[in-house]
Amino acid sequence: MSKVKGSRILLRHRDIPKLDKLDVYLEDGGFESFKKAVTKMKPDKVTEIVKDSGLRGRGGAGFPTGVKWSFIDANNWPHYVVANADESEPGTFKDREIMEQNPYQFFEGVMLSAYAIQANDAYIYLRGEFWDLAHELDKKIKKLEKSGYLGKKLFGTDYSLNLYTHLGAGAYICGEETALLESMEGKLGQPRLRPPFPPSFGLFGKPTVVNNVETLANVPLIIEKGAKWYRKFGTERSPGTKVFSLSGNVNKPGNYELPLASTFRELIFKHGGGIPDGHAIKAIMAAGASSSLIVANDEALDTPMDYESVQNVGGMLGSASVIVIDETVDISWLVNKTVHFFKHESCGKCTPCREGVFWMSHLTERIDNGSGSREDIVLLQDVANNIQGKCLCALGDFSTQAVVTGIERFPEDFKAKVSPNQAARIKINE
Amino acid sequence: MSELVKNEAAQNMVTLTIDDHTMSVPEGTLVVDAARSIGLDIPVFCYHPKMEPVGMCRMCLVEIGTPMRDRTTSEPILEDDGSPKIQFFPNLMTGCTFRASEGMVVRGYTEKVTAARKEVLEFLLTSHPLDCPTCDKGGECPLQNLTMQFGDGESRFIYDEKMHSAKHVALGDLIFLDRERCIQCARCTRFQDEIVDDQVIGFSNRGRALEIVTFSDPGFDSYWSGNTTDICPVGALTTADFRFGARPWEMNASASICNHCAVGCNLTFNTRREVKSGGEKIIKRVMPRQNEAVNEIWICDKGRFAYHFTASDQRLNQPLIRKDGKLVPSSWELALDLVTSRFKNAGENLVTLAGGRLSNEDLFNLAELSAHLGGDALLYSDMAGGDLVSRLGVGEGTNFSDMGPETAILVVACNLEEEAPLWWLRIKQAAERGAKVIVANPRKTKLDRSAIHNLRYEYGQEAGLVTALLSAISPKQPKSPAFVNKLAKDKEVKAAAKALSEAENTVILFGSEGTSYAASAALAQACANLLIASGHIGRPNNGLIGVWDKGNAQGAWDMGLRPSEDLDAALKTSQAVYISAADPAGDSKQYASALKKADFVVVQELYMTATAELADVVLPAQAFTEREGTYTSGERRVQRFYPAVPSLPDLLPDFGITAEIAGRLGLELEKTAPASVMLQIAEVVPDYAELTYQKLAKVEKQFPLIGREDVYYGGTSYQNSQGLGVQLKPAAQNGDSPVLVITELPEVKLSGEELLAVPVTRLLDLGNTVTPSEVLVTRLAKPHVALHPQDAEKLGVEWGSKVKLILNGSTQTVLVEFDNSMPHGVVLVPRSLGIPIISPTPATIKVL
Ligand SMILES: Cc1cc2nc3c(=O)[nH]c(=O)nc-3n(C[C@H](O)[C@H](O)[C@H](O)COP(=O)(O)O)c2cc1C
Ligand code: SF4
Ligand code: SF4
Ligand code: FES
Repeated sequence: MSKVKGSRILLRHRDIPKLDKLDVYLEDGGFESFKKAVTKMKPDKVTEIVKDSGLRGRGGAGFPTGVKWSFIDANNWPHYVVANADESEPGTFKDREIMEQNPYQFFEGVMLSAYAIQANDAYIYLRGEFWDLAHELDKKIKKLEKSGYLGKKLFGTDYSLNLYTHLGAGAYICGEETALLESMEGKLGQPRLRPPFPPSFGLFGKPTVVNNVETLANVPLIIEKGAKWYRKFGTERSPGTKVFSLSGNVNKPGNYELPLASTFRELIFKHGGGIPDGHAIKAIMAAGASSSLIVANDEALDTPMDYESVQNVGGMLGSASVIVIDETVDISWLVNKTVHFFKHESCGKCTPCREGVFWMSHLTERIDNGSGSREDIVLLQDVANNIQGKCLCALGDFSTQAVVTGIERFPEDFKAKVSPNQAARIKINE
Repeated sequence: MSELVKNEAAQNMVTLTIDDHTMSVPEGTLVVDAARSIGLDIPVFCYHPKMEPVGMCRMCLVEIGTPMRDRTTSEPILEDDGSPKIQFFPNLMTGCTFRASEGMVVRGYTEKVTAARKEVLEFLLTSHPLDCPTCDKGGECPLQNLTMQFGDGESRFIYDEKMHSAKHVALGDLIFLDRERCIQCARCTRFQDEIVDDQVIGFSNRGRALEIVTFSDPGFDSYWSGNTTDICPVGALTTADFRFGARPWEMNASASICNHCAVGCNLTFNTRREVKSGGEKIIKRVMPRQNEAVNEIWICDKGRFAYHFTASDQRLNQPLIRKDGKLVPSSWELALDLVTSRFKNAGENLVTLAGGRLSNEDLFNLAELSAHLGGDALLYSDMAGGDLVSRLGVGEGTNFSDMGPETAILVVACNLEEEAPLWWLRIKQAAERGAKVIVANPRKTKLDRSAIHNLRYEYGQEAGLVTALLSAISPKQPKSPAFVNKLAKDKEVKAAAKALSEAENTVILFGSEGTSYAASAALAQACANLLIASGHIGRPNNGLIGVWDKGNAQGAWDMGLRPSEDLDAALKTSQAVYISAADPAGDSKQYASALKKADFVVVQELYMTATAELADVVLPAQAFTEREGTYTSGERRVQRFYPAVPSLPDLLPDFGITAEIAGRLGLELEKTAPASVMLQIAEVVPDYAELTYQKLAKVEKQFPLIGREDVYYGGTSYQNSQGLGVQLKPAAQNGDSPVLVITELPEVKLSGEELLAVPVTRLLDLGNTVTPSEVLVTRLAKPHVALHPQDAEKLGVEWGSKVKLILNGSTQTVLVEFDNSMPHGVVLVPRSLGIPIISPTPATIKVL
């Protein structure tokens, strides 16, 4: 039986030395879930247990994982599983730790989901910068093939499974699942029109499950210990644990695995050791650069970090990349940084994002370098509003989160940067 | 897509309301198409009615609501007044990706919607240069028009912060890209991928830096490139031919028909008077004109760019008479009198030889004159079977766009994209709808990609292959040579035969890949036999199509002209030869020497061709752009063309010249009004009995609705207001029941070291009507031959090297290309590249 200490389901390597070695993983009961599933369980049963566990996608959107698997079109074959290891959101670094230190548990999750939807090929799509990690994973996949956990007719059944890694070319947008699929097909990484969604039209047009690395890494223990066990962690609607990537103005940045619905205060102050130099906390971005800026007041700090509650304080849990911002940070500077990130990463497929983010970057740059006017702030807000709700994929909206909430919740930081006497420059002929 | 609207009967209809207009459309129709089909506007940039929606530009955002239903009873929830309660989506939705459903309500002009349009336009304009005064698209530009309609008068973006990019990027020799103007709608790239399957352009980079690039060598290597300039919603893509040529509003438009191949694409000539032309009206560009039964809204680059021949300064402008061995100018009177007296003397020894680019009216008068004297009226062509086409069909009502799973299409001895590009396109699309396409050809062609069966045979065995298909389905097998029996047992052939015979509808297209006249005759008959035996005649979407080498070859057959089985002999033994729109001397030394032997040669032409050089009298004719007339396409659709530019002074149309000669010989023929010639044709040619110019000019509503005001939707292709033409009924549709005719199959024999040289067709060849278009020169094929790489290796020949080709008694230096799909022992010789080839001939290749 796999050992679980406290609430560490995913970062078990911190408790079990050398868990990244196959023999250690096997000794801990590794691949027993997979073997049990393939030899003794109907594929649908696996899906059902995952459904019952209430596991929700850890890639950002929080979509119920078992429900997604059950959408797979059973009249169209073959099926594919793609593990989303693009991990490109600034401030997110959890998938990397899992893949580096607890790779076999992640593999086993991929393999279980493949079995559940009867896919014979599963892919791990890694961001291009993870080439060294991909190399390590490839070696481990070879090992699994040699030991009979991957390949043809597994455990004497008719089920065969191959696992491959695939490297991206360094685009944030390729973490969006349909852009990822385009990229895997050798095309320019741009999101597809949805619907149809990947479970009906995915890789090479075939039914495909795309799941985040962390999501999949939960599955082996859910299958081993059951849905009820898993639901001991977290809340009714957000069960389980979550790896929180903590960064920014905090004493002990890093990954912390806590039950969902732990509070920001607990994460930042208990585990993260608080703010350096005794500064006061000013704002929190809960989902990396795509986040709105949450005003870090007591109400926010005591908010449980689950998919529902974070929305109540004007944020999103997303991939749970918690960036702490203290009082020394000028929010207009921060907004400028995030907008530049999105300007660099917009795929350019749809007009509002391609043009709007480019435009916003001029405005935030101007405001940040002190040559902006008050009208520029109004205009910036307007441009951001005009982007919102009009884009093809979520990146467009992501790019406006910090802008809109920054101006709305921290107006002084912007006003202080523009001189009241600065002439408006928003008309060409004046 | 709006094509759905056509098949109302077959579809589940739903009722929706768009801005207070309630309409019924097939379920699944896109909201923008539904709106457009009744003339309402939901502006789009990236959506195009001929392509799948992508939802990129966000211009088409509208409010969409659907009827609310009670969760438990699923009964509709009603308002107080009894009308269904509509729930609108909180966000605006893209009308180009949303499909109509029962009870849907669309609001296209609310404050929220018009604000969104203004915002999307503002976004697009932040990156757009303010080029309108010098932009070719100005005046027919969707971005300009929609900005005027929905945009703001002022810019909030600082001009200095605009991103600048390259403005004159030659994507290829024909198409220029202005990267600043591009709005990244991907219409051009999707056209190249989805519609014509030449993936030669695409996006590179991302975000604001996203830009169109070409990745073929040579750049933008596609026969379809010009169409991208029609559907580009801004002035980003322009043709090398027209850019900076004129403003759209300065030009007139006149309807015409392309006569480069047998498809008969509908065109519009845009004309303008200008200083450069000395105040004369000249053609500035060729645009496609919508005919959904012929070319939809597309044309190939040959049709678009190879029009300059009509305005060439090499045009003949006065009659010439041979005096003391030299051709000297003459008056019309003198020339016509001379011709008349010699024709009278020749009587039944007059040979009339006409090319398939003449109009029906020209050909009719030629045939009448020839019959009056008792001479032979010959069609200058190496293809046979026009008589079979007019007997078997295709049936009236045939339209490739209607073909799907119920239809099988056999394309034999044909490189269809090279020989008739639009048919390639439309058959490819039929295949995408499920039509069973079978390609039989000795080597690979682009249509193979769409085929369920690719049948290979040796050059010369084309009729045999088709006979084998017949053997495979017919229990009463005709006695056939061994190779046919062997082919008939081939698994692929059997499967193809089954598909062809079992399909509800079957169409066969035969081309001229590797065929001589004799081979073509056998092939056409074999195809006819197969159709007759399987009962695929006399109905729409069934029958035979000749992929003719000239635009009006079918018309020539219908007017009673026939190719000669031995043209050489016919010319030699004649007393007078009357040649119109044909250049036999240019094609073959043998014909040239035969003509030299002929007593008296009259050539009616546009330029001084090699044949005209040998003439005793040269009569200059009007180009088709300067006059009216009709052509009959390979699908037997008779279509009108109209004058676009004034005639050169003192020139007559071909039928007029012939009528002048005839008049002097006591035969009254119509001289001036082609409409009157058509009335006579209707009296004499049974299939044309019902035709009048009025009927040919009729139009009806076509889908998608395209036109001048809504360039944003379909592009700048012209609306058809001058006639969709009339498709003729073949005899089989009028009760004729033809029987099988078993002909002997020709065989080609070779001796020893020789290769078999076979004629094949290239679209962009060096034909008389192509080379005057300077813009095309670099795109034209160079004199070359193709060899199998293994044969080349044996000969010690490298790709791209020059070799000596000895053929038909002449020696020529040509380039070598490879084709690893072609049979061994063969050298492919493209027609009209200046290499004399008319039929398969032994040839020798020597390394230089
Ligand atoms: C712009 C953008 C970037 C994304 N990047 C990632 C990413 O790096 N990793 C990831 O797992 N999901 C990412 N997603 C979410 C995926 O589209 C998808 O929802 C997720 O992979 C589904 O897996 P899950 O259900 O396990 O969360 C991104 C989404 C968007 C819109
Ligand atoms: S929102 Fe941005 S990233 Fe997403 S499709 Fe549009 S341009 Fe691409
Ligand atoms: S070049 Fe024209 S058609 Fe092509 S993407 Fe740009 S704007 Fe669209
Ligand atoms: S998004 Fe609908 S037309 Fe472009």
